[in-house]
Amino acid sequence: MFAEILAKVEAGKRLDRADGRWLLTDAPLVELGALAQETRFRLHPERQVSFVIDSNPNYTNVCVTDCQFCAFYRKPGDPEAWTLTVEQVLEKIDAAARNGATTVLLQGGHNPALPLDYYLSLVTETRRRFPEVTPHFFTASEIMTMAEASKLSMPEVLARLKTAGQTTLPGGGAEVLSERVRKRIEPKKGGPRAWLDVHREAHRQGFRSTATMMYGHVETPEDVVDHWDFIRDLQDEHGGFTAFVPWSFKPGNTLLEKWIKTYKGPNAYLRMLAASRLYLDNFAHVQASWFSEGKRTGQVALHWGSDDFGGTLFEENVHAAADFVNKVTVDEIITLIREAGFTPVQRTTEYEILKVY
Amino acid sequence: MLAAEAGPALFRDSRLHPVWDKVRAGRRLTREDGLLLFETEDLHGLGRMADFAKSRLHGEQVFFVLNRYVNPTNVCVLSCSFCDFARKKGEEGAFENSIEDVLEMIKPGTREAHIVGGHHPDWPFEYYERLIAAIHAARPETQIKAFTAAEIDYLWRRWKIEPREALARLKQAGLHSMPGGGAEIFSPRLQKALHYTGKANADRWLEIHGIAHSLGIKTNATMLYGHIETMAERVEHLLRLRAQQDVSGGFLTFIPLAYQIGNTKLVPRQTPPTDDLRTIGASRLLLDNFPHVEAYWVMIGEETASVALHFGASDVNGTLEDEKIAHMAQAASPPGLAREQVLRMIHDAGKVAVERDALYNVVKVWS
Repeated sequence: MFAEILAKVEAGKRLDRADGRWLLTDAPLVELGALAQETRFRLHPERQVSFVIDSNPNYTNVCVTDCQFCAFYRKPGDPEAWTLTVEQVLEKIDAAARNGATTVLLQGGHNPALPLDYYLSLVTETRRRFPEVTPHFFTASEIMTMAEASKLSMPEVLARLKTAGQTTLPGGGAEVLSERVRKRIEPKKGGPRAWLDVHREAHRQGFRSTATMMYGHVETPEDVVDHWDFIRDLQDEHGGFTAFVPWSFKPGNTLLEKWIKTYKGPNAYLRMLAASRLYLDNFAHVQASWFSEGKRTGQVALHWGSDDFGGTLFEENVHAAADFVNKVTVDEIITLIREAGFTPVQRTTEYEILKVY
Repeated sequence: MLAAEAGPALFRDSRLHPVWDKVRAGRRLTREDGLLLFETEDLHGLGRMADFAKSRLHGEQVFFVLNRYVNPTNVCVLSCSFCDFARKKGEEGAFENSIEDVLEMIKPGTREAHIVGGHHPDWPFEYYERLIAAIHAARPETQIKAFTAAEIDYLWRRWKIEPREALARLKQAGLHSMPGGGAEIFSPRLQKALHYTGKANADRWLEIHGIAHSLGIKTNATMLYGHIETMAERVEHLLRLRAQQDVSGGFLTFIPLAYQIGNTKLVPRQTPPTDDLRTIGASRLLLDNFPHVEAYWVMIGEETASVALHFGASDVNGTLEDEKIAHMAQAASPPGLAREQVLRMIHDAGKVAVERDALYNVVKVWS
């Protein structure tokens, strides 16, 4: 099987579902990594690894979706629920900008009380006051929340955000794009289409976005292949995805915690990255995360098919709510990339290189 | 699937092809091969060869032991530059455990007690002998792995008791095996630079292990890496161990020890995980006469140890209910893992976990 996959990869042929399943379950890990690196260097011949200076603040933790895997949200009316004003969010963006951030990934709970103007003001004001910052705001399900609250169509909401100055969307909220998995862990967020339709429309309107995956809970290899197929097909349509970003589920403080029987550790992560690099042949970038898997596993992951090290994440609250905290400085990111044997390069939200270190 | 089945098509560094031919044929690698393994950018090529060598010996099995680390004292006459553990007598943080204290640390059911300590200026040989006898009497089910060659050498320096006599008497008292510590790195240059000249040098360390082997005492070997040593010094260290094993044959496991920065700060940062994987892989390939190479999770972290099971490691040490030396140097790993966590580390790598005793007798295969 490995020989067949090797031949396909070298001939530039697309892998099929059986190949994908085998990569996830049976492929020897080191050979898989070697093949993923071949592919990575064919796409990006330089021994460079990019990163972005960014921050991940949140504007609200109020959410009506009750996802089983989430330790961050509070229901409306909960004593621990909070929503920031536009000015308060802009203070956070100001802090990020002063630290050199070029990307602010802003996301929040699904708070039906917020009007569309709130979101539009966040975008316009960010563009006006911090021209160096790309507002990488609002995941697909937040766009749907805006549409419901404003009684506008989803395409119309995207068009208004675009007019306000937004050009990219973060890829969160995909979890695993499989009917079965989403029904089990986030029944109120809708099936895979709910996420895919927003990204399709965004790409059609000229937005760029990322595709993410949160694995390591109730999914099977079949579900992961479903996820890959959905995003690979969508990428064929408009080519709007910049990167694929997988991370493992952190069960701390979540409703799902007690149901998790299998631990997905560093080997599972390396396998996921390398297999994704091979399967997602129309994605330019695969991101390894020092953040979600730990700095040292992140360094190893740069040898398993990824070419990007994610962001500095000056502020992060969602993993922190699951008792998972990890901090880094720009200097440390540069050192980590160098130690792993690569030249660090700073990039923008859309993966344009700003600086070679 | 063994690495061999995929064939060598994926070596990024073509210089590895002749090495691969030797590994497949079971032929011994040279010093030059060793240097290449430490220098190549082809980490996967190295890993695949090491995994092949490991799998040929042990298939998919990875070993661990329910063990307990015991440090009778941290009082030490030496001042090695890399050590955060040692204290002078009376210094703050110095401790001296009685035999009763030590017995209390070793819970019933502990399969292996790993006992190492400082070079205490006042404790006579008889104290160590009584300690071993007392543990053996109180915990007959526990195998005792005690005293590095450096400690045995110190007993000669301090009390003029010959290593052969010391080891024979300790064995009589209940000693099963010896740990591999105190080797540091076999280099006269570093012995001076890092102030371990007062400690058994390479010849002496190897001699004492040879004596132990001749008495039927199995031992381990270590190498402290990731500080200011050169790759050539690492290779030299490994070749000396290989030569000793050819002569005396009693080494069970080689354990590369990643230097912990702690407060000694010989270098600004701990060596990266890719270097740990490389060192484990290169060791597996060079030490063709050692049964096991270990991924010691306390030093390199559970995650890297787990990945290292694809780079030639066939052992992860054990549950280590207490380990002071690395933790006084602020090692990031949690001090002591339950068996569940050790199993998780092995199963994440897709390997078969085999619980063993100190001498690698199989206790249980965990699927």
